[in-house]
Amino acid sequence: MIRTMQRLMALLAVFTAFTLFAAACGSDASTDTGTSGADDSTEADTGDADETDDTDDAMEDDAAGDGGDVKAAFIMVAPIGDAGWNFMHNEGRLGAEAATGVETAYVDSVAEGGADFDNAVQQFIDDGFNVIFTTSFGYMDATEKFAAENPDVVFEHISGFKMNDTNFGNAFGRMYQPRYIAGMAAGAATETNKIGYVAAFPIPEVIRGINAFTLGAQAVNPDAVVEVNWTSTWFDPGVEGNAAQTLIDAGADVLTMHQDSTATGEVATAAGATFIGYHSDMSAQVDSYLTAPVWDWTGYYTDIINSVKDGSFAPAAYWGGIADGLVDISIPDSSPVAGEMKDVREQIVNGDFDVFEGAIFDQDGNQITDADGNLVVDLSDPFGNAIGAVGDAMNDGILLGMGFFVQGVIGSVEG
Amino acid sequence: MNETTLIGLFIAVLEFGTLLYLAALGETIAEKSGVLNLGVEGMMAVGGVTAFWAGVETGNPWVALLVGVIAGAVFSALHGIVSVVLGADQVVSGLALTIGGLGLAAFIGQDLVVEPPGARFEATNLGPLSDIPWIGEIVFSQTAVAWIALLLGIITWLVLTRTRLGLILRAVGESASAADSSGTSVVKTRMIAVMIGGALAGMSGAYLTLALAPGWSEGTTAGRGWIAVALVIFGAWQPGRVGVGALLFGGLLALEPRLQTFGVEISPILLSMLPYLLTIAVLVLLSIRSRNRPSVAPAAIGSAYRREDR
Repeated sequence: MIRTMQRLMALLAVFTAFTLFAAACGSDASTDTGTSGADDSTEADTGDADETDDTDDAMEDDAAGDGGDVKAAFIMVAPIGDAGWNFMHNEGRLGAEAATGVETAYVDSVAEGGADFDNAVQQFIDDGFNVIFTTSFGYMDATEKFAAENPDVVFEHISGFKMNDTNFGNAFGRMYQPRYIAGMAAGAATETNKIGYVAAFPIPEVIRGINAFTLGAQAVNPDAVVEVNWTSTWFDPGVEGNAAQTLIDAGADVLTMHQDSTATGEVATAAGATFIGYHSDMSAQVDSYLTAPVWDWTGYYTDIINSVKDGSFAPAAYWGGIADGLVDISIPDSSPVAGEMKDVREQIVNGDFDVFEGAIFDQDGNQITDADGNLVVDLSDPFGNAIGAVGDAMNDGILLGMGFFVQGVIGSVEG
Repeated sequence: MNETTLIGLFIAVLEFGTLLYLAALGETIAEKSGVLNLGVEGMMAVGGVTAFWAGVETGNPWVALLVGVIAGAVFSALHGIVSVVLGADQVVSGLALTIGGLGLAAFIGQDLVVEPPGARFEATNLGPLSDIPWIGEIVFSQTAVAWIALLLGIITWLVLTRTRLGLILRAVGESASAADSSGTSVVKTRMIAVMIGGALAGMSGAYLTLALAPGWSEGTTAGRGWIAVALVIFGAWQPGRVGVGALLFGGLLALEPRLQTFGVEISPILLSMLPYLLTIAVLVLLSIRSRNRPSVAPAAIGSAYRREDR
């Protein structure tokens, strides 16, 4: 009897352990979904392809015949289910898969700078993947190393600055362009003239977005100020909501954020404030949603995969803007400045307007650039590296290393 | 710093305090019976995701809360079966519960990430009480869950210190063999304590996804289950002291963003270390104190009970 009981318990223990193990592998299982999804979309594609472009198809078939099958892999730093950065990269992956018909796969929650990343990339290479997208800043050095060791595999790194001449490029988006337009919507919407900005870390990417947003807000409402609250996390809804409430308490009636969750929007809704999102259209999740600067990686991923297919791939440092479709913003018709926002968007697309053109002052009132957009002071990035000297024009290098707040921002760039 | 920002701070202190207190109170009950459960973080995640799902399905926050509570209790029963019934190592089983729970919650919540909250707990309006300056806004406008947490704290304290049931629970946690020889079922008592602990951790998770930060995303518990585990030690396994600790640790969480608007230059990263540093400090104090007196920790904590091994 006792023996039987012990056997039963041992069985139960094995079952429990298995359940826990299976649960822990929950996110891995989605990798399979990603791969198998390729079959569906390939089928869908053959249906659609006839209607689109015959010459394109012929070209692709030739390339495939020469260079073998193209398979694209994606490495992501956090769960794709976070509704933010990684979610939009996965949307881009699915879009590119549908557009090109190639097989794609991904792994998410891969830590930066560790053995996890090396294992994931090596596994993809061993499985015959020949285009690998690494979508987090901290993957940069490891991606460079893999690119050097695997000349037959194309590597594209997102949000970094390293590349080589043969098989390693990088890409990022000029998110500051739609941020400026979002700022216009905020400037027109605020009645207290204080806009709250929940932000992750004081790095150039985030600082640049805050500055563009503030310039946009002040363009339509010179009295508007933007108060920044740093959370020191990309993703923590509790902390983000807490920071958002702090800004509401400090008098903000419009909130926006540079985070990966919609917690700021939830607080804005509860407080009767207006919410401007980021990353994706959050209108379905947040009642107080007005608009959001959004990513769309589909076109870029499709272009890279097609260029590998037809053998025309050449590494580049790609910084796409609204004109390229990589970033954009939907203009809410309800906004009193919808017309102006449309005009500015049009001018940005045509190259007639640049967000950081003209005279710019820092938050203490010191002049940074003159009316022609040339520096009147030497500038360095937040890490102390020189990025521009007196007389230099405001160029991409300065934008990429931006370490000061413009006039109208309340908060410290020290974080 | 003005009246609005100060009131906002105190509201947030009570909100984060409620979140931490529910989970820590449950862990206190489990540990009082001699079972260490390091699975709080996982149980919170499971409770949080199931409650959020139930909210989306039913639109009723109370049903959602109940679902989170039941899910937490059922999930914690795994730990009970493995460590209490089968006598496996409590630390290993608890850690498995955390890792497995976070994975399970992510798996359940895959399609919930883009869902807007279906139900949420709103601030209560207690009429004239809520109109009292300061106190009305801070205390009498909290969600119903905060009041439940307070009530559960008082009940737990009464049961532990004033009833036969509490005596049995403490006896099992102090000396399982003595309790066994007096006719108490050690396994049954510990299983119930572990599942009450799971239920409260589930309620804490539900409070997170239905009230504090409505919505579901993987990783939304963000380590707060571990703060709750530390809180139990900080509060010396006493419901009252754990409550004071919850307000203190909740206060630290609430302060993080507000110090910036108050113009105080302390890194939020340093601030988020404080709960753990304070817990270590309390551990040191407790061990110094207990040199001459019996330890405040339940004596049998962490050890499985097998009658044959006696």
